[in-house]
Formats: sequence, structure tokens, C-alpha cells
Amino acid sequence: MTFIRPNFRHPENHTNEIGYSIKNYEGALSTLCAGCGHDSISAAIIKSCFELNLEPHKIAKISGIGCSSKTPTYFLGKAHGFNSVHGRMPSVTTGANMANRDLLYIGVSGDGDTASIGMGQFAHVVRRNLNMVYLVMNNGCYGLTKGQDSATADKGSAGKKGVPSVFDSIDLCQLALQLGAGMVARSFSGDKQQLVPLIKAAIKHPGFAFIDVISPCVTFNNTPASTKGYEWVRDHLEATGTIDFIPEKSEITIDYPAGSSRQVQLHDGSELVLQKNANDYDLSSRKAAMNRIESVKEAGNILTGLIYHNENQGDTHASINTTQRPLNALTEADLCPGSAVLEQLNAGLR
Amino acid sequence: MKPTDTKDPEYFHKVVDCQYACPAHTPVPEYIRLIAAGRYNDAYMINWQSNVFPGVLGRTCDRPCEPACRRGRVEEEPVAICRLKRVAADNKTDISDRLPAIPTEKNGKKIALIGAGPASLTVARDLMPLGYEIDLYDDQHKGGGFMRSQIPSFRLPESVLDEEVNYILDMGVVTHFKQHVTSMRDMLAKNYDAVFVGTGAPRGRDLPNLPGRQDGDANIHIGIDWLASVAFEHTHKVGKKVLVLGGGNTAMDCCRTAIRLGGEDVRVVVRSPKSDMKASPWEIEDAEHEDIPMYENHNPKAFLTENGRLTGMVFEKVEPVFDDNGKRSLVPTGEEVTMACDDVLMAIGQLNSFPWIERDIGIEFNDWDMPEVDKTTFQTSLPNVFVGGDAAWGPENVITAVAHGHQAAISIDLYCRGESTAQRPAPEVNLVSQKMGFHDWLYDAHISDDERQIVPLIDKQQAIGNRKLEVEKGFDALQGYDEAMRCLNCDVQTVFETDRCIECDACEDICPVDCINFIDNDEEANLRENLKVKATNTDQDLYVSGELKTKRVMVKDENVCLHCGLCAERCPTGAWDMQKFLLHEATAGVKS
Ligand SMILES: Cc1cc2nc3c(=O)[nH]c(=O)nc-3n(C[C@H](O)[C@H](O)[C@H](O)COP(=O)(O)OP(=O)(O)OC[C@H]3O[C@@H](n4cnc5c(N)ncnc54)[C@H](O)[C@@H]3O)c2cc1C
Ligand SMILES: Cc1ncc(C[n+]2csc(CCOP(=O)(O)OP(=O)(O)O)c2C)c(N)n1
Ligand code: SF4
Ligand code: SF4
Ligand code: SF4
Ligand SMILES: [Mg+2]
Repeated sequence: MTFIRPNFRHPENHTNEIGYSIKNYEGALSTLCAGCGHDSISAAIIKSCFELNLEPHKIAKISGIGCSSKTPTYFLGKAHGFNSVHGRMPSVTTGANMANRDLLYIGVSGDGDTASIGMGQFAHVVRRNLNMVYLVMNNGCYGLTKGQDSATADKGSAGKKGVPSVFDSIDLCQLALQLGAGMVARSFSGDKQQLVPLIKAAIKHPGFAFIDVISPCVTFNNTPASTKGYEWVRDHLEATGTIDFIPEKSEITIDYPAGSSRQVQLHDGSELVLQKNANDYDLSSRKAAMNRIESVKEAGNILTGLIYHNENQGDTHASINTTQRPLNALTEADLCPGSAVLEQLNAGLR
Repeated sequence: MKPTDTKDPEYFHKVVDCQYACPAHTPVPEYIRLIAAGRYNDAYMINWQSNVFPGVLGRTCDRPCEPACRRGRVEEEPVAICRLKRVAADNKTDISDRLPAIPTEKNGKKIALIGAGPASLTVARDLMPLGYEIDLYDDQHKGGGFMRSQIPSFRLPESVLDEEVNYILDMGVVTHFKQHVTSMRDMLAKNYDAVFVGTGAPRGRDLPNLPGRQDGDANIHIGIDWLASVAFEHTHKVGKKVLVLGGGNTAMDCCRTAIRLGGEDVRVVVRSPKSDMKASPWEIEDAEHEDIPMYENHNPKAFLTENGRLTGMVFEKVEPVFDDNGKRSLVPTGEEVTMACDDVLMAIGQLNSFPWIERDIGIEFNDWDMPEVDKTTFQTSLPNVFVGGDAAWGPENVITAVAHGHQAAISIDLYCRGESTAQRPAPEVNLVSQKMGFHDWLYDAHISDDERQIVPLIDKQQAIGNRKLEVEKGFDALQGYDEAMRCLNCDVQTVFETDRCIECDACEDICPVDCINFIDNDEEANLRENLKVKATNTDQDLYVSGELKTKRVMVKDENVCLHCGLCAERCPTGAWDMQKFLLHEATAGVKS
């Protein structure tokens, strides 16, 4: 009986610009069910970080509880990690981010972890516009506890047990929009062409970037009657447009038909190129985005792709004017300015 | 691309790189697993069935399987397939009860085999169990051909050769040793049902026109004749200073033999650059290990003699020059080099020679004065005469001679039964799922990280002191096990069932070497270009599924697949399965 990932990799799979191979971005071998959408999302995260030439030790991955929240073990094994408490990923990430703004924060959560027990925390981390990637692996159920309907299960959708959900579902993208997220996107674990550029854009986005990734639970919620199963999702996807991530300084080699594409410049010089589809709308308009989600939903479909993008919202640090340096780098001299300053302060209060 | 037709045995056979490259198509991974399991007799018999001389080949095979081995594309070194074969041969117990039964009642057909090398012996091995009567002719006093006269005992102990030759002769082959066949006409007059010519390429090339050749004749030897004369104990010593001309395997055997017969300053002198030497890299390594220097780019000009005795040789130095088409020529530099010597061994090539086949008896000869032999049937224009081994198309190696022998035996059997020799019997193939349960396969899917084991050698001084002492010790059981575990089990195929796939990408994500792609179908060249990792090795096929629900196809580049089974392990629907593909080449007697 063996279940060990071999150490060999494709000999022609080269290292990235900072000399790391894809192996440096992998984690432990997954213990999730074979075919779980979450594993594909892990693979997309690995690919994104590898291609963006990120240093794994400058990333922190934080999660709550659930099959989805287990995945940080299976990617970026060399990064920092905190597998926290059910629904508490946002507050742990907030604390870490406040203490050290130099790391890249990837928060991984599930639909249960976010839309049920963690709903309060979710609302506030969006509202504060914490600089992080918030990724929900959304399978419409509580996978880890054997598939109970979650708050994102659509009304009428039925999992393995066969009982249709009686409640209306929560659309996390709409919620994020409403609460003021700077970047909102939706994707599907089975579409890495779309997911990888979205993750890259989210990583590059300064401030809160939210991606709701529909990620089928093959074991409990992959029935023909489930709106989160592979088949149904594939048949009902409607993208806002196709998306390419063009890293800083690189030439655009793809030929985009004139008039049909739009470039979105990101703050670090990289670019998102969006191939508009027939129903193009202003991506920086919250109202337009809301409308689009609603009208696609009315037609019985799921809107995917980049839904909303606005880089001009300052993040939490900017709002509360915190120190630029990580707290662990502050010395006594920085923290204790001395009696002369205290005198001055006191004098001002007299 | 069209979906891959995995029903065609050729497809999966090609994935088993070693077996496919082996001229006799030995099921390599099958016997390697048996070695790992300590089942040496079983491993030996799988070999014996395919390549007839496992003990001999486990020491001397030219091993075309090893450059082909997938492991060599994944890391530095291929599996030591050849030396694993030796592990099976060295550790087996008595296998005589597993040899095929020979019918006491014969089938009435009589065959003559001329030459007792591996080609003829293989024909005998395949036909004796079918009831044929066989007469074997050879001018040597024992069977084995060049395996006996040429391959030195320090590489192949006589006892190993005797054992495997005798398995065949003991089947009741009637031997006519020490008989040089001088006339095919006379042979045909004996009314054999078929005659097989396995006389090898017995003539060594000479340099008849080089100045001094006649004068120095007493100390100028044709390499293969000299090696035979050493093997048959006619020659016991050589001069202190020996020049060996040539850069092939024969040169390596000559120089290593020379230092064992008293040569103190033995040099190999080659016309070409060393990098172009024809000898196998490991044979060059073995000679260098025995401190034999090689002089490259030296073109022989003259033999020097004094009073009718050889004293040295003159060489002209050359350098390789490449023209616009990359064709190499060796251009003299003008520099001359003289080397003193007592003996010269010429190992500069072998020729076929058929003075004994009359040209008017119906066997057609071609422009190179070689008999016309059919590449598939090994039949000549005289339907009852067959040719194989080195005699057919010039010098090759033992395993090729064996492969020829198998095919010739099939033809002879078909011919004697009055059937068409062109109708070749199909190989026996078998494809069986290896799944036992959760995370549990019938084969060991774990991929070892070990580097190739190094074959232990005996002490160098001791080796050089005795030409009969085998230099290599062979792997011990533990090394054999570790080496066996390096095999990737390429015969355990990844079999994909389009209809079961739900396109969850789990296999694509888990595959450690990025073989698997879900992609829009296209022409082969475009697909190769568009895979996750470009499929640049065009010798390796792409495995293409039928059309999936999303209209895409699954495309797997077979090139560096580790056969680790993770794709099947991670597939939720069983669309992937690991199935063992066992192919046995057809042998004589199998009905087509
Ligand atoms: C020095 C040397 C080293 C080699 N080392 C290796 C090695 O390590 N590994 C390897 O795979 N191969 C090696 N080879 C090649 C290998 O020996 C041959 O390719 C192989 O033996 C060919 O087999 P065969 O059956 O065609 O004929 P052979 O083995 O050549 O046998 C032919 C036999 O026919 C006899 N014969 C020829 N004409 C007549 C006649 N008219 N009447 C009667 N008998 C006749 C010959 O004396 C000989 O015994 C080596 C060759 C040489 C020269
Ligand atoms: C405080 C607390 N309440 C309840 C649980 C039980 N529990 C574990 S995972 C889970 C739901 C996880 O669902 P989701 O976040 O969607 O993850 P999935 O497994 O579906 O990926 C629950 C309710 C818990 N671990 N802790
Ligand atoms: S239970 Fe569902 S969500 Fe959890 S690992 Fe299995 S398939 Fe994935
Ligand atoms: S790894 Fe094993 S099965 Fe594969 S080519 Fe090498 S020896 Fe043959
Ligand atoms: S067996 Fe499957 S997972 Fe393993 S290397 Fe081959 S294709 Fe990849
Ligand atoms: Mg869930």
C-alpha cells in the first residue's frame, strides 16, 4: 500500500525567474476525496504563485475549518500558515496583517466557514478592506461534516441525500460588493484558464480581493440535482469575459481583436486584459456589477470572471495610519520615545 | 487527433520502452518485479523464454534497452536492466524441470543449422520442442559461436556459457563439431527439409596494403582470430608493447586480453576522435579502469620492421573537419607519430564471407556479395534456406542473433508445415487491472529515489593476473533489490475510459510530471506545442481520449510518465485505471 507523491518532476519543467521549481510551491499530498474541486483550486494557487515568482516564505496562508480550510496543507508548504478556528480566519488574518504588512495574506475558507459561522467576521474584514486574498471554496455544503446544506446551497438544489434545500441561498459576491470589496470575482475549480489569472490579479490587488470559487464536493454534492455539481456548473457558466494576466514588463503577445478588449492596469505595472463579451459593462461600477449578477441569475446561470474591480480604495493600514514596519522589527527606541516626548504630551493635555 | 487505439498491442508495447527496444522483446519490467520479489527462477525463465541466454546476456548484452529506459529520461541513469538479468541467473536454483519437454516421437522433419552461434542455437531451442530433428554444424569444438571464441572469459566465464548452451544441446541436437562446411550444394544434397545459415561474420578486416605488412606478419594479428586463438588456448602470451588498432568492442576485448597475457605497454590507437569510438561506453570505461590509454585521431601509415621483425608503427595525425552538411572527414594535420611495438592487434571491423555457398544453386546474392535475405521471414530466394544472426546483414550482437533465430524458427516451422512464411503469428498479449483496493495496487507504485547501483569489481591486480577470472562480481541480493525498485513498471499502463471522466482535473493536478492535459483537440504537432509541458520527444506517443462532455479531449504525453498510479488514485470515477500489459512475442509453433 503506497500513496506517496514521487519526487521526480518533468525534466523540462523549468524554474521560475527567482530560481524556484514548481515543487517549491507544492505542499503535502492531499488527503481530500479523489476528485474534490478544492484540490484543483490548490493547484491553481500553486501555479499562480510559481508564475508570479513569489517567494513562498513571504506568504501566509490562513484558514478556518472544513475540507476547504484543510487545503493550505496541500499547497505552499514553505509558506507560513495558520489553520484557525471555524469561521475565524478573518480575525486571525487581520491580526497577522496588522502585525506584519510585508507578507502576502491568502485566506482560504469554505462556504460553511464563511457564509454560516463566519458570516460576522467576513462582513467586517470586507468592510475594513484588509489587504488580503479571500478565497472561498464554495461547494454548497459542509463537506467535512458529511455534506449538510450550507447557506450557499441554492433553493431546490439537492445533494447526495436527495432532499432539496428549502432556503434561499446567500450570494457571497453580492455581499462582498455591498460591503465594499475592491475586487470581486467568481470562478469554477474546473476552469483554471480563468481561475489562475483571477488569483494572480487578486494577489496583485492592493486591498481586499474576494474570489468565490465554485468547487464541487464529489462525495456529497455532485448529483445531477445539485447546482454545485460539475455537470450543472459547466452547463450554466456565463463569464463576464475572458481574462489574461500580463505580468509587468512583458510584451503582450496575444492578438486581441480591436475594440473587443480592455486593459486594466494594476498598480505594480502588470495588466489584466479582458476580452469583453456581448454583455460588457463597466467593471468599476458596483451598481453595474450588481445588476449583471442579478440578470445572469434570473436567466438561471452563474456569472463568473472578474465582476468588479476598483484599485482606489485604501486598505486598513491606510485607513488607520499604522506603521510601515512589521511590529517585530520595531525596537524599544521606536516604541518608547522617551521622557521628553512624554513631557510634551502631558503638557499638551494640561 | 483521432482517439488512440489501445486495442492495437503496438501502442502499449511502445510505452514499455525497454521491452520495445529489446530485439527479442523480453518483458523486462515483469522479470524485474520478480527479482524484487526474490523469485529468481521465475525471473530467469521469463528471460530464457525470450532471450535464451540470460546468464550470458546478463553479462555481455549490448543492452539497447538501457538507452531506451524511461528512467534515463527522468533522471541521470537508466535502470541497470542488463545486470539485473544476471541477478536472476546467478541466484536461480536448478531450473531443468522447467525446460520444455522434447517429444520422443519426432515430426519427421529434419533441419540443418550451420554455425553454432546464438542464432542457430535459438532456432534449435525453438524447434526441438516441436519434434524437429536437428543437425548442428560448426568448425569449433564446442557450441556457442563467437560467444565462446570471442567474448573473453573475464567477461563471460565458460561455465555460464556451457550451462546455457547445454540446455539446448541436451534437448537432443545432433552436433557435428569441428566440421567446416565447404559446400552448400553438398549440404542441400543431404535432403534436409530446411537449412539455416548462422555462420556469423567470421572474417576480420586487414590492412593488406600498408607498408611493412608482409615483413611484420609474424607479429601482426587479426583481432578476432587472435582472440579465438587465446580462447582455444593456442596463444598464451603477447609482447610487452602492444598496439591495438580500432575503437570498437573488439578492440576493447583485445587490449584487455593483451594486458592479461603479459602486455605491459598496451595502447589502443583509433583513427577517429575518441568521442566517435564505436565501442559501448561501458566497455571503454572498463578498459580505462584497467589503465589502458587510448590515442585518438591517429591514422595508421606503416608498419616498421627490422630484420623481418615488427618494431613499431607510424601514424599520421588527423583532425575531424565538418562540412556544411555536418559530414565529418578526417583531415591529416601533417604530423607523424611513431610508436614502438612488439605486436599489433587489428580490430578494425568484420566481414561476412560465403565462399562456401555456390552462386548457382538458387540463392541470390546482392551487390555487396551478400545473400538476399527477407527482413521478416529470414528466407532466401531458395525457399528452404534461411539466414540469421551476423550472417544475414553483418555484425550485430548476441541479442539480435537471438531475435533473428526466433523469427527464422517461426518461418522454418511455417515452411515445413506448408504454410506461408509471410503470415506471422501475433504476439500473446494480456491487459489486467492492478487495482486491489483503496490505495492498494498489485504492483509497487512507490517511486524509488535511489541512484543506479554500481557493479562491484574484483581487485584490479588480481583480475589482470588471470584472464579467466571474471572481473565483475554482479549485484548481491540487496543491491539487486534496490536496483529492481528503480524500475518504473512501465508495463503497468495508464488506461483511460472517456465515458467515465467527469473532467474534475484531479489527475491533471496530481500528476507529478505534468503528463495529463485536458485541451481542445488539434493536429498532433499543435497538440504537442500546446500541452502544459511541450511534448518535444516525438519518439513518444500522445495518448488521446475520445471527445469529453466539454468537447475537449484528454491528452497524455507518454514521455516521462512515472507509472506512479496517482492519476488513477485521484480519479473519483475510475476513468483511469492501472493495467498490466504483458506481451510475449510469438515463437515457433504458435498458430497464426
Ligand atoms: C571480440 C568480440 C566481442 C563481442 N562481444 C559481444 C558482447 O559482449 N555482447 C554481444 O552481444 N555481442 C558481442 N559480440 C558480437 C557477437 O558475438 C555476435 O554478434 C554473435 O555471436 C553473432 O551470433 P551468430 O549466431 O550470428 O554467429 P556467431 O556467434 O558468429 O557464430 C557463428 C559460428 O559459425 C561458425 N562458422 C562460420 N562459418 C562456418 C562454416 N563455413 N562452417 C562451419 N562453421 C562455420 C563460426 O566459427 C562460429 O562458431 C562480440 C563480437 C566480437 C568479435
Ligand atoms: C465551532 C465549530 N462549529 C462546528 C464545527 C463543525 N464543522 C466542521 S467543518 C464544518 C463545515 C465546513 O463547511 P465548509 O466551510 O463549507 O467546508 P467544506 O468542508 O465544505 O469545504 C462544521 C460545521 C466546528 N468544527 N467548529
Ligand atoms: S467531502 Fe467533499 S469537500 Fe470534503 S474532500 Fe470530499 S469531496 Fe472535497
Ligand atoms: S523503468 Fe523499468 S519498465 Fe521502464 S523502461 Fe526502464 S526498465 Fe523498462
Ligand atoms: S501514472 Fe498518472 S500520475 Fe503518475 S506520472 Fe503517469 S500520468 Fe502522471
Ligand atoms: Mg463547503
